[in-house]
Amino acid sequence: MEVILPFLIGILFTSSLYLILHRHFFKLILGLILFGLATNLFLFVIGRLTRGGSAIIPKTEDMAVEPFADPVPQALLLTAIVIGFGIQAFSIVLIKRVYQSFGTNDLDDMNTTDQIEEKE
Amino acid sequence: MNHLLLLLPLLIPLYGAILCLFFWRLVRVQQYIGVAVQMGLLASNFMLLLYVNQTGIITTQLGSWPAPFGITLVADLFSSLMVLVSAVVGMAIYLFSIKGLDKARQTFGYYPVLLILQMGVAGACLTGDLFNLFVWFEVLLICSFVLIALGGSKPQLEGAIKYVTINFLASGFLLTGIGVVYGIVGTLNLAELAVLVRTPVAHPALITMAGMFFLIAFGIKSAIFPMFFWLPASYHTPPIAVSAFIAGLLTKVGMYALIRLFTLVFVLDQELTIPLFTVLAGFTMVIGVLGAASQNDFRKILSFHIVSQIGYMLMGLALFTPLALAGSIYFIIHNILVKTNLFLISGVVAHRRGSFALKKLGSVYLQHPVLSLLFFISAFSLAGIPPFSGFWGKFMLAKAGFEIDSFAIVFTSLAVSLITIFSMTKIWNEVFWKRKPDTDPMLDVMSEADQRVNRFLHVPVIFLVVFILFIGLYAEPVITMAQLAAEQLLNSELYINAVLKR
Repeated sequence: MEVILPFLIGILFTSSLYLILHRHFFKLILGLILFGLATNLFLFVIGRLTRGGSAIIPKTEDMAVEPFADPVPQALLLTAIVIGFGIQAFSIVLIKRVYQSFGTNDLDDMNTTDQIEEKE
Repeated sequence: MNHLLLLLPLLIPLYGAILCLFFWRLVRVQQYIGVAVQMGLLASNFMLLLYVNQTGIITTQLGSWPAPFGITLVADLFSSLMVLVSAVVGMAIYLFSIKGLDKARQTFGYYPVLLILQMGVAGACLTGDLFNLFVWFEVLLICSFVLIALGGSKPQLEGAIKYVTINFLASGFLLTGIGVVYGIVGTLNLAELAVLVRTPVAHPALITMAGMFFLIAFGIKSAIFPMFFWLPASYHTPPIAVSAFIAGLLTKVGMYALIRLFTLVFVLDQELTIPLFTVLAGFTMVIGVLGAASQNDFRKILSFHIVSQIGYMLMGLALFTPLALAGSIYFIIHNILVKTNLFLISGVVAHRRGSFALKKLGSVYLQHPVLSLLFFISAFSLAGIPPFSGFWGKFMLAKAGFEIDSFAIVFTSLAVSLITIFSMTKIWNEVFWKRKPDTDPMLDVMSEADQRVNRFLHVPVIFLVVFILFIGLYAEPVITMAQLAAEQLLNSELYINAVLKR
């Protein structure tokens, strides 16, 4: 399991960046979602995987019994998932709005704010 | 007492925003609440600065969890200066928004979002925890997303897409960097991190690698050289009150985080970071100022100048001497005030003329000599002409550069100053000096109502110019404070002892 996950994270990162570089709006959304997933999974794995050991201190002990999973990355992960969800929801609505008012789904058409105004 | 002073910059805008939400439809009430909140913020942040200046670094543990486990709030001189300046800018933006922003946008939750944005800025400056820093950055980013897209005009949507996508990526890099740091060192508290990275437990190369994640993340957020393209594509699209606020403040908060992390945590591999920062700073300055020279739109010229000025702040970090860091800190304060003010002035001009394009503007000097004088002061401050504030920042940076014989970056920065003057004279000639092309300016008279609005819009500009003149003409106390702040930054023991109570 621990061998597969890093490869999975790598695949997620590369495919998300590939999709973000695409011209199509829908692929941009997919790319953003996959990028969020990749970072979250990375955060999860880097906290070291421990199976079946929750970090809850038993009533009879003074401290948690080894082996237990580090609760900090899990807490970070939860926060990151919620924040990522919020941003993804916002960007989906934004992209829908853009599609409605521009009538295009090609990112290459979105270059008017970069253009230089002519001088006389 | 010190607990309360540390929490107030977060609590005042939060409660203000909640109160605003109760009066969703009553924009007038929201305006009054907003101005009251800004006054409270100014007062409490000023007291925080005085208190920190008197007693040194103050900390508070949220929820009374002791330092490395809970979340710590820390205020040293640098962060309290940042918080104070953000309150000053916030006040000006609020006054400007009351008359300078259209009613439709104001009714859709503009004020609460702006207040939460201010809370995010204060939180990012005051936190002493790496993950908490990420969370505050998300708070301020989401608010800036909403503000950029609010109103939904076509250029705004287009700018928002670029802004949201690239900032989402930056947040991902930041989160990955935090993961790497936690994986290597096993803590998120900045002070404990600073202790642990200096012990042999941590592998220096791995720590540096984690540092590069943070460089990319905050480099995107503060628009450093290869990662700045989103800024001139998006910052000029929203209404000017929003533009001025995010342009003045947000990139500098990214710069603050970069300076904080690279003076406290990632200081091990300076053979790598210092040349890297020097090169990046030089390119950021040059590319930014050349980009500005090619533009013909008031706001776009100013947007590109943000990039160029970020280079100066990075230059202080690259030289890494007490004087250079003090120069950086002074420059950040100066730049937040001046840049916001220049944007506001472009808004006043556009309110009168209905355009930002240089070719459509003109004759402002003929009709509004006071506004022209205010622009003159701000523009010369930006370019760094001696009695004004930009000069002192550049002087400190250049002196620090000469002291350690980094001539290349100093000469680059001086050359860039010259081109900055070129851009400012271009705006001066086209907007203020030249005769307005299509109409006879003497026949062009404002209506009574327009005149009242115009006079009101001058208030925030004058408010900021007072501060700009103060830090320029009476620079001694500010520079002293910046030097003390730089010493606190370079002497990490102070920060560590204050947080961990050793």
